[in-house]
Parts: sequence; structure tokens; C-alpha cells
Amino acid sequence: MSAKRPRPRLDAANRPFWTGGSEGRLNIVKCDDCGQFTHPPRQFCRHCQSENAAPFAVAGTGVIDTMTVNHQPWLPGLEVPFVIARVKLDDAPGVYLTTNIVGSPVEAVEIDDKVKVVFEEQDGIWFPLFEKVA
Amino acid sequence: MAHNSKGSASEAYITGIGQSEVGVRVERSALGLTMDAIKQAVADAGLTFDQIDGVATYPGRMAGFLGFSPIGADEVIEVCGIKARWHMGGGELPAQLSAIAEAAMAVKTGQARHVIVFRTVYEAAALSRPDEFPALRRETVDGASQWTAPFYAISAATWVAQYASRHMKRYGMTREQLAQIALNANRNALLNPNARNITKKPLTLDEYMEARLISTPFCLYDCDRFSDAATAVIVSAGDTLDEVKATPIRIAATAGKVDRYSWDQAEWVAAYATGPDLWAKTDYTPKDVDTVQFYDGFAFFPITWLEGLGFCKVGEGHEFIEGGTRIARDGELPLNTAGGQLGAGRLHGFGFAYEAVAQLRKEAGERQIPGDPKVAVATSGGGPLAAALLLARD
Repeated sequence: MSAKRPRPRLDAANRPFWTGGSEGRLNIVKCDDCGQFTHPPRQFCRHCQSENAAPFAVAGTGVIDTMTVNHQPWLPGLEVPFVIARVKLDDAPGVYLTTNIVGSPVEAVEIDDKVKVVFEEQDGIWFPLFEKVA
Repeated sequence: MAHNSKGSASEAYITGIGQSEVGVRVERSALGLTMDAIKQAVADAGLTFDQIDGVATYPGRMAGFLGFSPIGADEVIEVCGIKARWHMGGGELPAQLSAIAEAAMAVKTGQARHVIVFRTVYEAAALSRPDEFPALRRETVDGASQWTAPFYAISAATWVAQYASRHMKRYGMTREQLAQIALNANRNALLNPNARNITKKPLTLDEYMEARLISTPFCLYDCDRFSDAATAVIVSAGDTLDEVKATPIRIAATAGKVDRYSWDQAEWVAAYATGPDLWAKTDYTPKDVDTVQFYDGFAFFPITWLEGLGFCKVGEGHEFIEGGTRIARDGELPLNTAGGQLGAGRLHGFGFAYEAVAQLRKEAGERQIPGDPKVAVATSGGGPLAAALLLARD
């Protein structure tokens, strides 16, 4: 996957998600009033519309809800195949993250595998990727 | 089912259809294609431009992404000399065919009498003429794409492939079963004169199974390809039918229900919420439907529509299409009889409305389904996009 990752444009709402990895934190917006999670991150809780919603460091563990082995080089220099997955976080009900599963050959990755976050830094953005838990 | 509403101002009808040539890297301009489709639709309805008082399109002209949508409602108003009492063009709608649903609401509420609804795509031509159509270049990604593109999940193929993979794991769908969507599309496209630039030869299961993978389980044949074309329909108020020449097709119900506006946060694609909402608005049931025209930008989508609309149970769509006989032109539920987008080009949703009307009028030529079809469903969209039209010939 050697091509440069498309870079998210940082703003007040998404900055804690994309930079939290610098402190080892996977930040997901959690509501201080109702306790539920909102993703993608926003200023308001999507469940109770409270403005008392703030980034919260979740454990960074989850399971592969679903996945695909991508074979198409969508960008120049993109090495294939690799896994694109949707990870269901263990401790943030209702939140899924689209990500890459790294550290294992694509044949060894399956739906329902347990995974944990690993961060890959590129120009100040900390991309939350996941690897299989032994 | 008795529906004696013909002539009622509270009903909306599709009274004309038109389609330009469908090609890949065509020479004709995007406006030329658009006018070809519109003139054909207006003439098909037996109308003239001075009787048209509304225009609608999806998603409207996109200045930064002209290949995707080069022509807006305003340009059509100007070129056709329409005195528009109502018009719209926008992408913040449930899905592509929602432009037709909006037009139906407009004529039912007296905002307009006859509305041109069109969709022009110019993606292949634009790629081949970058000076005229600069590629979309962005330094950063934002909005929804920031949650997928940074992981090289750049094409919707990778998003939809994950829903398909889950069906394989959870319900046992196989690639051989999924293949029936592409094989059925290929067979039907070979009988569609408008698809001759897109589908030129028969596709076999062996060729499908050996094809290059794009994003598992999708291979090349599971993904539609950029094409250049325009499709138009005329939506008319029920109390104008005495002005119309063609057999009117009633828009019996429309739906587009979106519970989460996200490609990756939803448990189910929006087809599953839209299906029940469509049936809640009508006395018709799935048993009344003679043919279905389901969005197939990716081959898994028709399976979600079969399940979402209740033609089979959730998790059984792949069994429903197994072997391809049920969905064939002479089967119990003919699917994508013009070849869908896989076989007849990426018309971005409007091809399904065009074909549903052609079949219900029994004017689909060599690909006409047998019997006396009276009810059809046309859909567009996938992921968080969903629009369904229930169409009926009274």
C-alpha cells in the first residue's frame, strides 16, 4: 500500500480522531449526557442532540464486521492486494470504522477476526489501522 | 387490482420516454445527448415544448465534476425555451430516481402539468478529454469520503463489496450465484439496440469466474463502467392525459427511506428500509409485480433490492437468483430486461425507469417479456442511497 494515503482535511470536529494516535488514543465522540457514541464525529450527540459530546479514548479493540480483499490499484503506485475492512469497536456500540487490516497476509484475514488498532502516521495524520489479535 | 384513477389530477404518470445513443467516449456533446433524449421523450408523449412547464434532474450540473453531471435543469430551460413554472436539480435526494418522485409530487400538487425529468452522464468522454473536463483533483478529502478514502477505499466498489462479503459469510452466497446478475444482464443487453456499444458478445459463467478481481467478491463483470448518455422521461399530471399520445404509466408509489446517511455506519443498505416504505404507500404487493428493474451499478445491489422489497426473505436473494431462471425474461420475475447498467451502460438510475415503462407499454422489442405486464418496480441507488418507483399500467 505504498501510495500516499488521501489526507483528511482537519477541522474542529474531526481533529481528535485523526490526530489522537499521536498519544496512542483512538478518539470516538461520546455523549456526556446519554453515554452514547457518535461517529463520524460531530459537535452534537446524534442520539440526544446534546452538545455535551466530546472525544473519548476507546480501547481500540474490535472485530471485523465485514471486509474485502482489494485487487484494483485505485491510485498510482498502490500495491495490491490488501484488506479493506469494517471494524466494529468492542466498547463503542453502533460505531464502525472503515480501515485496513495490516500485519497479516490477506488470506489469513476473515470476518469475525478479533483486531486491535495500530496507528500509521503520515504528515501529522495518524491513520487508525487494525491488526489481528493473536 | 382496480385502480380507476386515470384522469385524476391527484395522480402522476410517465407519459414519454427518450434515450440518446449510449456510448463510451462519444463525440457528441453532453448537451447534444441530452437534447436527443429530451426531444425523443417529448415527441413520444405527443407533446411540444410549449406544453412543458417543468424540468427536474439529478444531481444538477456539477461544475467541479462535469463528467458526472454536465447538464443542469437551467440549461434545459434555456435551450428548450421552456416557461418553467417549477424546476429542480439536486443531489440531496434519496437517490437518482427521486428526481422522478419529486416531479410526481409537483404535478400532483399543481406546480406543473408536464415535467421533463432527465439524467445525463458523460464520464467516459470526460476522461478522454481532460482539457475540456479537468479531472477531479483534491489536496485533501472531507465530508463522507474522509472516512473511506484514507484507507484506499476510494471506489464505491470497495464499500459495496463489503456488504456482499458479509452476505457470503452470513448467508452462504457464492460467486456462482452472484454471477447470475451479470449473466442475466449480458443476455438481455444483447437484445437491446441501445446497448450495442456496451455489450457486444455473450458472457459465460467460466469467463465470469476467471475474470480479473476488482475487490472481492466483485470481479470486472460485477461493476458497471463509465458511459456517455442521456435518458429522459416526461412526468404528467393525471388531468392532462387527453393531451398525451403514448400509453400513460401511472407512478403508483415512490419511496426513498434513509436511516443513516453513511456508507459504513449502517447495518443495512437503504434498500431494506425503502422496500417496506414503498409497500406501505400502496395496495399493491410484491405478488402483483410483473418485472423489476433494479439498480446494478454493482452486481450485489439487485440482491439487496430483491430482499428489501420482499420478493424473498433477507439472506435469500442469492438463492432466488440461483441458476438465473427466475429472473430471466420468461421467468417469474424478469430482472433488468434491458441489460441493467452492467449490460447497457452506467446511465445512473434513469435507465431503469425507461425500461420499466417500455416493458409496461409492451414496446420493448426483442427483449419484451411475455404476457400482459401491468406492474413494475424501478429502483436506483445503493448504500445510503435508495429510490423506488412503483409503476402501473391501468
